[in-house]
Order: sequence, then C-alpha cells, then structure tokens
Amino acid sequence: MTDHLLEVRNLSVDFHTAGGTVHAVRNVSWHLDKGETLAILGESGSGKSVSASAIMDLIDIPPGEIVSGEILFNGENLFAMTQDQRREINGRRIAMIFQDPLSHLNPVYTVGFQIAEAMTTHGISKDEARRTTLDLMKRVGIPNAEEKIDAYPHQFSGGQRQRLMIAMALAVKPDILIADEPTTALDVTVQAQILALLEDLQRETGMGLLLITHDLGVVAEVADRVVVMNAGEIVESGSAAQVYRQPVHPYTKTLIAAVPGTGAMAEPLATGIKPILEVNHVSKHYGAFVALEDASLTVLPGETVAIVGESGSGKSTLAKTLLRLEEATGGEALYKGRDLLTMPRRELFDIRREVQMIFQDPTQSLNPRMSVFQIIAEAFAIHPGILPKPQWRGRVRELLEHVGLNATHMDRYPHQFSGGQRQRIAIARALALEPKLIICDEAVSALDVSIQAQVIHLLEQLQRDFGLSYLFIAHDLPLVRDFAHRVVVMQGGRIVEQGPVAQIFDAPQQDYTRNLMAASLHPDPEIQAERRAARQQAQEEYA
Amino acid sequence: MQSFLGKRAVASAISLVGLIILVFFLSRLTGDPTDLYLPVDASLESRERFREINGLNDPLLIQFVHYMGDLLRFDFGDSIRRSEPALEAVLRGFGWTLQLAVITMSLVTVSAIVLGSLAAFHVGGIFDRIATFFSLIGASAPDFWVAIVAIVIFSVGLGWLPTSGTGTPWHWVLPVAVLFIRPFGLILQVVRGAMITALHAPYVKTARAKGVRNRPIIFVHALRNALLPVITVIGDQTTAILNGAVVVETIFGFPGIGKLMIDSILQRDFNVILAAIMVTAFAIFLLNLLIDILYAVLDPRIRY
Repeated sequence: MTDHLLEVRNLSVDFHTAGGTVHAVRNVSWHLDKGETLAILGESGSGKSVSASAIMDLIDIPPGEIVSGEILFNGENLFAMTQDQRREINGRRIAMIFQDPLSHLNPVYTVGFQIAEAMTTHGISKDEARRTTLDLMKRVGIPNAEEKIDAYPHQFSGGQRQRLMIAMALAVKPDILIADEPTTALDVTVQAQILALLEDLQRETGMGLLLITHDLGVVAEVADRVVVMNAGEIVESGSAAQVYRQPVHPYTKTLIAAVPGTGAMAEPLATGIKPILEVNHVSKHYGAFVALEDASLTVLPGETVAIVGESGSGKSTLAKTLLRLEEATGGEALYKGRDLLTMPRRELFDIRREVQMIFQDPTQSLNPRMSVFQIIAEAFAIHPGILPKPQWRGRVRELLEHVGLNATHMDRYPHQFSGGQRQRIAIARALALEPKLIICDEAVSALDVSIQAQVIHLLEQLQRDFGLSYLFIAHDLPLVRDFAHRVVVMQGGRIVEQGPVAQIFDAPQQDYTRNLMAASLHPDPEIQAERRAARQQAQEEYA
Repeated sequence: MQSFLGKRAVASAISLVGLIILVFFLSRLTGDPTDLYLPVDASLESRERFREINGLNDPLLIQFVHYMGDLLRFDFGDSIRRSEPALEAVLRGFGWTLQLAVITMSLVTVSAIVLGSLAAFHVGGIFDRIATFFSLIGASAPDFWVAIVAIVIFSVGLGWLPTSGTGTPWHWVLPVAVLFIRPFGLILQVVRGAMITALHAPYVKTARAKGVRNRPIIFVHALRNALLPVITVIGDQTTAILNGAVVVETIFGFPGIGKLMIDSILQRDFNVILAAIMVTAFAIFLLNLLIDILYAVLDPRIRY
C-alpha cells in the first residue's frame, strides 16, 4: 500500500488519430504528498499535461485510451471508480486551474455563479456558496468583491481572472490543486503575485500542489521536487535544486543549457556610428486613450535594441507605428535620414524592402495555402526588378539553407513543419529582400525554450553575417538579457528607462525597472531562493 | 441602446420607403385591373367609371403622390377585390400566419435544441444518427411535394385529418408538420455544430474539473454559448414563414398572408399587395430587433 496522497503508477496513454497512434505518455510514475509542491517540467508535446488530465477524467475517450497503469488517490484507484464517484472527487478533493483563464471561464455567466457552482455542485446551499464566494474573492485579492461578484469574466484583467480561477478551485478546500501552466499567459509581475498567492494558500490549507510548467524559473520559485518529461517519458526526477545543479539525463542538460538569462551580456557597440533608425518623440493616441507618448530611441547598424514591457505598455504599438500599420499621432522616425512616418506611400514601398518584420505566431503569419517557396518568393514578385524569375528557386534554396532548413522541402506547406521551423521560414521570408532592419514582435515567445535558443542563435549569426539591426520586442527578460545590446523599458505607453543591457539589468535606475527585474524568475533554485529572501525583506522593510 | 434603436428604426424606414416605391411601380407593370374585374364586353363608360373610383385614371406619379399622402394618415386604401380596407384584410391574414409561425417555430426550436444538443454530446451516437437523418430529409424534401403526399396519405387515404381550411385544431396539424421539416433540419444542424464547438471549449473542461454533472454541462455551460448562431437562424426561418408560406398556405387553403399576397398579385389588387408588404416588413423589423436584444441578453459581452 501507499502512503502518498496521490500516486501515478506506470501510466500509459495513447491517442488514436487519423495519422496513427500517438503514445502521449509511456510508463509514467510519480507521486505527490500532502503540503508538497511537485512540478512536472516539459516542453510542448512532452506529455506533461496528460497525467493531470487522466487524474481529472478530462481525456476524451476515444480518441484517447488509457493503455495501462493506475492512479491512486489516498490509496484508491481512480480508474476503478464510477463516473459519479470521479465527479465527487473532481473539484471537491482534487481541483484544477488552467493556463488561459479567459477561455477557461465561461464568458456568459458571472464569476460569482461560476465560483459558487464549484460548491453547489457538491451539495452546498446557494446562500452559503454565495457568502463563501465573496470571502474567497476577497481572499485572492479581488478589489470591490461585493460589486465584482456579479461581473463577467471579460470585465477582469488577466491576473484577476487567474485569481478567480484559484478562488473557484479552492472553494471546497481540496486536498490537491493541479495548476496547468497557471502563469504562462501573465506578465512577470503578475506571475510573481499569483505564485505567491498559491504558496500562501498552500501554507494555509496544507494542500498538495501539482504544477505543470515549461518554465524552469517557475520551478525554481515554487517547486520542492521536479519531474522532467520528454516525448512522453519521465527522463529525470529529484529535488528542484538537485535537478538544476546536477542534471543526469542529456535532455535535462540541454534544456537547462538552453534557458536564457545566464550567459554573458553583450558589450555596447562603439559610439559615433550614425544610427540606422532614429525615433523622435513618436506618439499614438486613440481618441483620449494614449497608447504611446513621446517615444524616442535609436538603433545602430548591427545593433539589437530590445523593447521590454508588460502588456499594455505600448511596445507593440510602437512597432506598428514604425511600420505604418498604424498612423502616428506625432513625432518622426528617421530611417537613414528619411522620415518613415510621413514619407509618401511610393517611397515607403521601397523602404519596406529594407525594413522587415517577424511576427509572434508563425502559424498565423504564414499563409497555410502557400508553399514555402511561394511564401518566400512572393517578396520578389511584390518588388519586381530585384531578381529575375528564373533565379527565384535558387535564391529561396540559399535562404532556407541560411536559416538551417532543408532546401529540398521548399515545396511543402507550413503545416508540415514544426513551430520552430515555421519561425525559421518567417525569418527566411524577412531576409529575402536583404533588409537592414528587422522588427521582431515577440518573435520567439511562442516557441519552446530549446527551439527559442536555436532561433536566437540563428538571429545572432545572421546579424554577424549581414550586419542586420534588430528592434526586438519581448516580454521575456532573461532572453533579452542574453540577446540585446541595448534595452528600452516601457510602461503605460512611455519609455521609462533605456540604456546598455548591462546597465539595465545590473543597475536599473527606475523603480519600475527594478520591480520588473525582481519579478523575473531565475532558473537556479538557489539564486531564486536568495532573491525571494531579498524580496521578502524589502517588503517587510516597506511595511 | 437608445441610439442603437433610433439608428435601426431610421435605417429600416429608409429601406421600407424604397420597397414601397419599387413595389408600387412594379405591380402596376402587371397591367390594368379593369380588364380583370369587368366583363370583356363591359362598356367604355363603365370601364372609365371603374378606373375613376379606384383612382387609376391619374398619371402614375400623381397616383403615387396620392398613395403616399394617404399612407401618412395610415390610410392604406381599399381592396378592389374585397371592397374593404386593405389593411383589414392584411391584418386578418397576418394573424393566421403569425399563429402558424409561432406554433411551428416554437416546436422547431425546442425539438432542434434538445435533439441537437444530445447529438453533439455523443457524436456518432443514437441521437446524432437521428439528427443526421432528419436534417437530410429537411434539407432535401421539397415542401410542396411533402404537403401533397401528406394530404394523400393522412387525409385522403387514412381520413385522419382534414385536407384544407381552418376551424379545428386538426386543421393545423398538416400545415404545421410540413412547415416544421425544413427549419427543423437546418436548425438541428446549426445547434449540433455550435454545441460541438461549445462542448470542446476550455470552460467546459473547467466545469468538468469542478465535478459538474453532464446535464448542466450541456444545458447550462455549453448551450448558452452555442445559442447565438442558433437564434440567428431561428430568426431567419421565422422570417421565411412570416413572409408568407405561400406554397404551404395555398395547398392547404390556409387563409394566411402568403395566400393573400399571391391572390392579390394575381388579382392586381395593388393596395393589398402594398399593405401586405409593409405589414410583413414591419414584423420582420420587430423580429430582428428582438433577436438583437436576445443577443445582448445571452451574451454579456454584447452591448449596444
């Protein structure tokens, strides 16, 4: 028999799809004790969420099939129970929160109803459920809970929605909380608040916390133990510190090596070079709403300038304004001395050759009905006179080789490539016209850490080969730390601070920047523990 | 909300005026009613008199100005055929059609939503097969054929139901049943599709993780989200019946607005045609408004 609160034994789950059977997890075993935090760490497709779905009976059967194994909750096998018995456990004994709280809350019901439902479903009276809902909303830090209880999910911010999900999950005081990427969609400062809230609640209730994540920083911040998954199998497990410090399995080693934020920071470029892009006092207002105000920055040839900030900081607005996807309200942006913001369309068309853009989601920014060749060669069709048609295929082959793709695949379609490969295609397309400046809007955010590292490496190499400049918009600070020469910090539509990367990261001048840095998580559990101690001390002093 | 209502009313009024102009002149292209109403050998004087009484002697534009002037006083003119105010005849017919539409569409809505939801819950299951069967029939069976076959079987052959007319509840069975088929098949498919999407939505996963039972998952969590496209189609199909279920009303001798309209066109009863068009247009305007309001009731993210 077992003493563990929850134990997964030799679990194997298959998914039968049109393309054949996928072994989502194979022979997975792990356990969780009372009051403990276990992290399941893995990249997309590693099967890290599958065992949690099996616990909650959320696997659709078919196409899913539980091939073997058992899940013991307090020693009882969940798979041997009836559906009604499973429902009694769901929500009441084991609760779950998800990555994207907006889509996981029902848009057409009030949050009060949805939180209370977690209780009424398990036999608590409506009145009592509503009273408890109010208490819970206050406990998770929703201001004006009395008014907000009858509001709808879209009327809350992202962080508040995740707080509401937590309130819903904890309504019946479960023994176990499963959190599937609970902070991935959130800004770093909000992430820090949510993780702190989860820890507080865990201390209060003594529940076991199962955290599913791809983020080593999150593991370092909260996990006691960690299980690393790759391709459906557990490759390594142990205490968080032990796995980070002494990884045994080659996959874990690559994963840890790929995590940004630990390398050397770039030296600033020599001064006295004429900037390729000079942005002066650019602003963008939507009616009374100020999306961007008085933004000024420069980009030198061969330089990477990162723009960091939380959602709503105006960083994407700045990019769109520079590309004239949005008309600026005021200011100028001089590219090689000519103002991008006011130049006639004809001239702008020519400049577009030299200023290219890479978007966040390559799945959406590549036309699914065009082959890779068509996608890349379209640039030559739009800008005639650059390259005669007979040479297009040869040039596309060259470009694909540059970005590390197999050139013989140029007649395939985007869906036949992985996420990382698609972003390489997007980069090849941007390179087709031999640009001088590439604006990357969260260009690697949608990619797994190991793929992210490859793409960043590629961008660095292309910068060396072709002297490219990047305006790199990102929310991921460790990534920026490793990649950028200079950093621009934005908040509420304004630039609050800018300077060489070492200065911004090691000696930030502004409170906002300092907060941002402090909220960003380091993958090393020991360093993260030190930061936590410092943070708590700062809070106590402040109080 | 008020400015939304105002804008909608103005836009609808403009289209209505356009429609009146179009129908007024087009209907007069069908010829002179005098030829229809007086015997072939009627004297020139009596023809003159008939035209004089019905205001058909003036130039077309003057007739139009008179008509619009009367309209502003809510005078829709008289029916030539029935020698009663056109509006009265139209409202009587519309009353019948409205009842027909409300009964039919209520039955369609309830049955399509229940069966469609259950079909979506177990794709490929027994309810799904029933749903597919009925939608195929609904989509492919022409209603005039179904109507005639139904009369042959149930009225003539079995003698269970009256062939035509109104009077008893039994008279309603065949028209309602025939009108039911097409919208039922269509709406069933829309409900099924929307419910499949809704049942796979992340918020349903959340509900399952909370331990919510299947019935509230289907009819509380998923259904309300799936209803938006459904009520759009329900509105569409109701409009189609209100506009005159011409074929079905004619076959069953049902005194609704569809039959009235087709009769008035054949009889060149211009005032009735125009009044009928205005009444249905107004009803459709109200119906669309109702649907827009329902949108906002169902989905708190929609506000006008």
